[in-house]
Amino acid sequence: MFELLGIPPQALFGQVLLGLINGSFYAILSLGLAVIFGLLNIINFTHGAQYMMGAFVAWMCLNYLGINYWAALLLAPLIVGIVGVLIERFLISRLAHLDHLYGLLLTFGLALIIQGLFRNNYGSSGLPYQIPPQLAGGHNLGFMFLPNYRAWVVIASLVICLATWFVIEKTRLGAYLRAATENPTLTQAFGINVPLLVTLTYGFGVALAAFAGVLAAPIYSVNPNMGADLIIVVFAVVVIGGMGSIMGAIVTGFGLGLIEGVTKVFYPEASATVIFIIMVLVLLVKPAGLFGRPA
Amino acid sequence: MKLKTLLLGSVFGALLVSPALAQQISVKAGVLNDRSGLYADLSGEGSVVAARMAVEDFKAAEKGIKVEIISADHQNKPDVGSTIARQWYDQDGVDIILDVPTSSVALAVNQITKEKNKIHINSGAATSDLTGKACSPNTIHWTYDTYALAQGTGGAMVKAGGDSWFFLTADYAFGHALERDTAAIVTKNGGKVLGAVRTPFPGTDFSSFLLQAQASKAKVIGLANAGGDTINSIKQAGEFGIVAGGQKLAGLLVFLTDVHALGLQTAQGLVLTEAFYWDTNDQTRAWSERFAKAHGGKKPTMVQAGVYSGMLHYLKAVEAAKSKDTAAVMAKMKELPTDDPLFGKGSVRIDGRKMHDMYLFEVKKPSESKAPWDYYKQIAVLPAEQAFKPLSESECPLVKK
Repeated sequence: MFELLGIPPQALFGQVLLGLINGSFYAILSLGLAVIFGLLNIINFTHGAQYMMGAFVAWMCLNYLGINYWAALLLAPLIVGIVGVLIERFLISRLAHLDHLYGLLLTFGLALIIQGLFRNNYGSSGLPYQIPPQLAGGHNLGFMFLPNYRAWVVIASLVICLATWFVIEKTRLGAYLRAATENPTLTQAFGINVPLLVTLTYGFGVALAAFAGVLAAPIYSVNPNMGADLIIVVFAVVVIGGMGSIMGAIVTGFGLGLIEGVTKVFYPEASATVIFIIMVLVLLVKPAGLFGRPA
Repeated sequence: MKLKTLLLGSVFGALLVSPALAQQISVKAGVLNDRSGLYADLSGEGSVVAARMAVEDFKAAEKGIKVEIISADHQNKPDVGSTIARQWYDQDGVDIILDVPTSSVALAVNQITKEKNKIHINSGAATSDLTGKACSPNTIHWTYDTYALAQGTGGAMVKAGGDSWFFLTADYAFGHALERDTAAIVTKNGGKVLGAVRTPFPGTDFSSFLLQAQASKAKVIGLANAGGDTINSIKQAGEFGIVAGGQKLAGLLVFLTDVHALGLQTAQGLVLTEAFYWDTNDQTRAWSERFAKAHGGKKPTMVQAGVYSGMLHYLKAVEAAKSKDTAAVMAKMKELPTDDPLFGKGSVRIDGRKMHDMYLFEVKKPSESKAPWDYYKQIAVLPAEQAFKPLSESECPLVKK
């Protein structure tokens, strides 16, 4: 059996697979950010908090209302998405004509407020959420033990990511959205309700974050800080992929998860920084990101 | 004439009030800990509540000691903690800093306290270096340390047949100290350490590291981490079938709030070492009941209990020394025996180590738990002399050999 730098290939396969699983979270979250940035030009710093809210709504559904994981997987994105729509309608839309920076400050402030409220009510050490019984256990793949739930996470996120890409790039609705981004006044002149489109898009981006939150609830603890820890990495992913690029967000999400996974084997101490090192390199060589178009 | 009466009056006045004035000592205590991050539940506002309870129970006001308590969030960052500590000592007139979880921050505050010649009673941090090579005449390490945790959980696991270990170590001062102290106990008892992986702190996904631990085929996976890191590693170890596969998990530092967050379903059977558990005797139950009332129904952790106990002993020393002079109070604290309802009788050693028994607990099965927060059953008591590092092996320069 050959070894690569002292790591048997079997172990490496396992790590690559794990990297892909973590990449799924990066992909869904950065996809949501990319959609929102692409169509609204808003850098949505509340994204991490909305991901956390998704996990919390799933927990509340189970503990207060007895609603199981599968229903929460639909309900939580819907509820958090509606909250997002309200945020867009009453707060963000008022800043639409101003510089990016105002939107960034607003969403960042909102994130701090939301996280603070949850921390006040639920503490910082998190709440238990069990893996749904249908997905408990796992399979031995020979080179690693793969929990069923993690396999489900990869499949679910791939399907959601590709479906989103398809809707935006290949359908009539997507065409309206892209037109509204390119030239809102002209699109409105064709009789399309652009403000409504923008609000719904924000709601959808937020729902994506909440969906990722529900997916994460059974494997990470449901914790008010869970989004804050992740959001910085996800922003790096979006920057590497190219702001606003849908496919870029998906591919870099999975790709960076993979690179991070491999780093955890060879030099675990650097696994928290490797993504930022890549970000710096990419920005030096291609400032618009790997898939971005130069402005 | 007028001046004379005035003078006379003030002399009489001074005579009347002077006994009270002479005894009036004002002290300012700062509770410095994590108020928003992964250690906020095990220390945080609860530690402030505990410090206030100590002031109440001591009846400080009646004894002529005026106590003011302030608090701040060090965000688990040594630079933030140092800045606050300096400002408290230099500008805000703080006499004593309490709690300070997160070993890297604690070591920084330990150093600043020595420079400014103030007092630090540490409850939250773990590193045994605080009374080892970094020991200081101004610091008391109150509740627990990595040596005691290693003795407790590490010793028990090795005795139960867990003679090969692999560590998941939080990559900062605390994790390194805990890994070092536990590895020493394991090898001393005839076991061996197969490897370790340093995990970035704080982390969320530990599956990759757990898989490496699994591949090592070690009988015991030692979790040299704390708070949210421990919660996520235990949760994910269950998911990857590590315990089902025959390997055992050793949570080297697990707090009551961690078990609460994990839920008994996931945490059951875990063996852990603590200095305090609320459901030990009538006194601890009564105190914890009062604490819970003042702190949103949550039971105290050993860190919060330690802040109470430390504050109480400090006030006793101030009363005995009749001053808040650092050297006098430190001498009194080391001279007077400690005694409180939570930790019982004990003492403070020359190196600053507070001595009391430690307990080995096992987390109950969901079926055994009768009420909320009913989580532990006691399996052994470690006498203080056995739990903490003997002075004969001390690296502390204060200990004369």
